[in-house]
Amino acid sequence: MTAPSTDTPAVSAALALGDDALVLSHRLGEWMGHAPVLEEEVALANIALDLLGQARVLLSMAGDEDELAYLREERAFRNLQLVEQPNGDFAHTIARQLYFSTYQHLLYARLAAGDGPFAPLAAKAVKETAYHRDHAEQWTVRLGDGTEESRTRMNRACAALWRFTGEMFQPVEGVDVDGAALEAEWLASVADVLRRATLDLPEGPRSGAWTAGAGRQGLHTESFGRMLAEMQHLHRSHPGASW
Amino acid sequence: MVTPTPLEAGLLEAELLEVAGSVPDPELPVLTLRELGVVRAVHVRGTNAADAADAVEVELTPTYTGCPAIEAMSVDIERVLRAHGVRDVTVRTVLAPAWSTDDISPEGRRKLREFGIAPPRTRSASEPVPLTLGATRTHAGTGTTEGEPQEPVRCPHCGSADTELLSRFSSTACKALRRCLACREPFDHFKEL
Repeated sequence: MTAPSTDTPAVSAALALGDDALVLSHRLGEWMGHAPVLEEEVALANIALDLLGQARVLLSMAGDEDELAYLREERAFRNLQLVEQPNGDFAHTIARQLYFSTYQHLLYARLAAGDGPFAPLAAKAVKETAYHRDHAEQWTVRLGDGTEESRTRMNRACAALWRFTGEMFQPVEGVDVDGAALEAEWLASVADVLRRATLDLPEGPRSGAWTAGAGRQGLHTESFGRMLAEMQHLHRSHPGASW
Repeated sequence: MVTPTPLEAGLLEAELLEVAGSVPDPELPVLTLRELGVVRAVHVRGTNAADAADAVEVELTPTYTGCPAIEAMSVDIERVLRAHGVRDVTVRTVLAPAWSTDDISPEGRRKLREFGIAPPRTRSASEPVPLTLGATRTHAGTGTTEGEPQEPVRCPHCGSADTELLSRFSSTACKALRRCLACREPFDHFKEL
């Protein structure tokens, strides 16, 4: 199955935001049984659950949630490349959380204040994402201002994912926000957290010809295909199965 | 099936709202759904020859968007309303206006505390949860600094205000894990949303 062919702006926007939530939820779920401490395992699972709930609402606005999640091919997914990046070490997961949850929190605050189709969901989700953002900021400070090892790893992770952050502010049809203002606020917030964490603000480009970021157009990075294979194989192997 | 008059429907709906609201929360069975504040309304869509509700629609709102308990809640609501004689029960999930921990009744807060869960503090504004780094410990003086929540999180076991956050996420999405610095017991805190 490919993306719905009669995409209205509201449908394509629901797919973009819904796929972000679905894919990141799955990535965070991969930590189950592997997180550094029990409290963190529970935290990552709870964040994943919030995102899964958001994904269900959003994908249901675009079509059948199960078909969209389990039967689309890689090229039909509209998520940011940032959220599909592998978990890496814990620092990479936290850097990905910092970049994405800050964006999602700022975005949903704007959508909640409007009167568009996403306002009801955003009004709920903005409160959930506030906790996600807080979680990521606290860990960023703790790891950055922690040991030499944690600081080195956190700097490395923030730099490695930097090139995926420009894509968040490209216009999405049906998402009525001022991308430039969103980006300015995101950059100010992330820079402030990194400064408090005694981490370096990455210097590489965030957008342009030589950076990453075409997930919204259905172009994904190598590891995404493998993630989808694992996420979808049960549903595809046993169509219509239920508990 | 007969369409009831507005007055009859209003009385029936109030009665059925009580019935639907009496269902215990599947994850926090000390609370009813009414005390949790998640049953928004019951609409009577039709009555039978005996003037009893025949078809009703229930509006249910989730605490968290991904709260898995909502499906169990729907099933339980259908069950009690069917047992009450309603033939056709539809449970509809509504997101707006967004549920807040302020919707938990005073009775619900008391029950949570008795159950060993620190109830959520009342939020002063409809703003999202304030983000402050480092404010993981509360004590009797909490709230005097500008920008902090009005009151400390008290230990549900000994009542001490001197408690600290262990994890912002706990056994369910709606709770945080804290520890009392007076009696040293860990406890769940129904976090403000």
